[in-house]
Amino acid sequence: MSSDNALPIHIGGLTKKYGDLYALDSVDLDIKSGEFLTLLGPSGSGKTTLLMAIAGFNRPDSGSIRFDNQEMILTPPHRREVGMVFQSYALFPHMSVAENIAFPLKLRKVSAAETNQRVEEALHTVQLDGLGSRNIDQLSGGQRQRVALARAFVFRPRILLMDEPLSALDKKLRERMQIELKQLHRQLGVTTVYVTHDQREALTMSDRIAVINHGRLAQVDTPTSIYNRPANAFVADFIGESTMLPLEHRPDHQLTFGDQFVATVPDDNPDSQWLLVIRPERLLVADDSQGNTAAAITFGGIVKEAVFQGDSAFVLIAIDNADDIAVRFSTGSASAMANLQAGDAIAVGLLKDDIIIIPREAG
Amino acid sequence: MAAAKPGAMQNANALKRQQSREQWSLLSLALPALLVIVLVILIPVGWLFYLSFLGGEGQFSLEHYQKMLKYKSYARTFITTFQVSILTTGICILIGYPLAYFLAQLPNRIAGFFMLTVLLPFWTSLLVRTYAWLVLLQRKGILNDFAIQIGLWDSPIKLVHNMTGTLIGMAHIMLPFLVLPLYNAMKKIDRDLMQAASNLGATPSRAFWQIYFPLSMPGMVAGSLIVFVLCLGFYVTPAVLGGGRVIMVATQITAILENQFDWGAASALGVVLLIATVLVLVVASRVFKLDAALFGKGS
Repeated sequence: MSSDNALPIHIGGLTKKYGDLYALDSVDLDIKSGEFLTLLGPSGSGKTTLLMAIAGFNRPDSGSIRFDNQEMILTPPHRREVGMVFQSYALFPHMSVAENIAFPLKLRKVSAAETNQRVEEALHTVQLDGLGSRNIDQLSGGQRQRVALARAFVFRPRILLMDEPLSALDKKLRERMQIELKQLHRQLGVTTVYVTHDQREALTMSDRIAVINHGRLAQVDTPTSIYNRPANAFVADFIGESTMLPLEHRPDHQLTFGDQFVATVPDDNPDSQWLLVIRPERLLVADDSQGNTAAAITFGGIVKEAVFQGDSAFVLIAIDNADDIAVRFSTGSASAMANLQAGDAIAVGLLKDDIIIIPREAG
Repeated sequence: MAAAKPGAMQNANALKRQQSREQWSLLSLALPALLVIVLVILIPVGWLFYLSFLGGEGQFSLEHYQKMLKYKSYARTFITTFQVSILTTGICILIGYPLAYFLAQLPNRIAGFFMLTVLLPFWTSLLVRTYAWLVLLQRKGILNDFAIQIGLWDSPIKLVHNMTGTLIGMAHIMLPFLVLPLYNAMKKIDRDLMQAASNLGATPSRAFWQIYFPLSMPGMVAGSLIVFVLCLGFYVTPAVLGGGRVIMVATQITAILENQFDWGAASALGVVLLIATVLVLVVASRVFKLDAALFGKGS
């Protein structure tokens, strides 16, 4: 990730309103040089608006977008020198594959010989060798995606933007392309901003994830931190599966569930409310015979539903005085849960390091 | 034949019968239209061909066609016809392309309103519109009065009973035929394409000429051909606004029938016009891949 083929992006106070609705509400975001950053959020969260603002396709109401130290907010899109892969691919239907890829080079008056060479190289990089003379409508979805990608990086932009580029592909191809895109990113070293609403895709590909909701950044962090240490209920709920249980905030600043100690919180606000976030796959069976001393908290209840899902089994446990807890077990033959049925009594527990607490927001 | 599993051909005949029944009922739906085409197009046109090869005494003869080659007035008529058609098509493109582009950029609801204003003339009688232009364009008409008042020109200009008037009227009547297919083609151009071009470094004008314009060509070719072919056989507007100075084929056919009652000569003119029109379409379809332009891609 050398700095000569990547630029950092600084976004400051970026605001865009559509009517009364904030698509972007004073967004501050620093994207490091060469980083793969994913904007993750539900539809209408503002993630695409932010990407389009970086590309220059919409005009924010206020704020700053700098590439390195250069203010770009007034620069028209054709002078921003960023590559972009569109959700629809936006390949020119009246041009061949090679003509599509050569388009940005022709605009930059690259010589014919070098253009040919770079088009060939780009085709090779995206594994489409020999398909340059094809028409766009002769390509499969996955091939179009690769052409769009080749066209976006062939002119060596130092920033690459991708707007849900894999959403039109089937699941298997999508998963393969995720790995390929990540490899390509490593190879090019270019700063990449990737938009998706698919949390698994974001976790798979990103150096960092910026979770966005209602035009605001909910959390910006590495995939591991986002998953293991969600900052708020939105992130905990949007990324991965989770059960959230309200905790009791005792006067001695201890949070408890029932009579079990969960965590200690700073004493600045004794009225603050907290939630315990439980990831289904982090729950362990509290095996009676071994006493399960490792678990910091245990939940005893009755199996409400047990569903076999192939690689894992999903179990819903009804416990007293709280919502049902979702648990995910491995389905290996050694699993103690292989023959679990509705109505069985069960106890599950959480290790100390797997305890996640988040503040409960008003409403 | 390989041994089939028992029941492999079960219901095969009944299913086949069902299929052919559906195909026949589909065909019967098209029957009335096919009948009308035979009755009002094929038979009269065949009759026209027959008449055009009939001499004075009812014998086979090429005299009507020979006459057409002999007298220069016929050639002039054809030249005028093509002149008016080409110029009208050209004017329609110059006015219609920017108009269609403008409409295609608008949100659908607003574009619908503007489209109404383009289509409105369609719902008014052709004759009424043509005579309306006669009134507007007269020496003492509204247009001359207005232009003199604001000082565009000093004395009334002859705007009607000549080529100018004919072209103004024709362009007005033909404009929707160009704008509709063009607008349709433009609406189909993915907006992302222009953004992609811009993102890849194209200035707005380069993006337009290299991406938008080529992609709008099918609509433009379709619209232009419709206008051009309609112009070739147009009668009312050149007859009224041309004031006898712009003689197109249709005008001349009428004149021959009214003055000489010569069905053979009139038919021969009609046949030549028909062949010329078909030739234009054939050449255009070779050059522009017309199937795609008229019926959309992939048909």
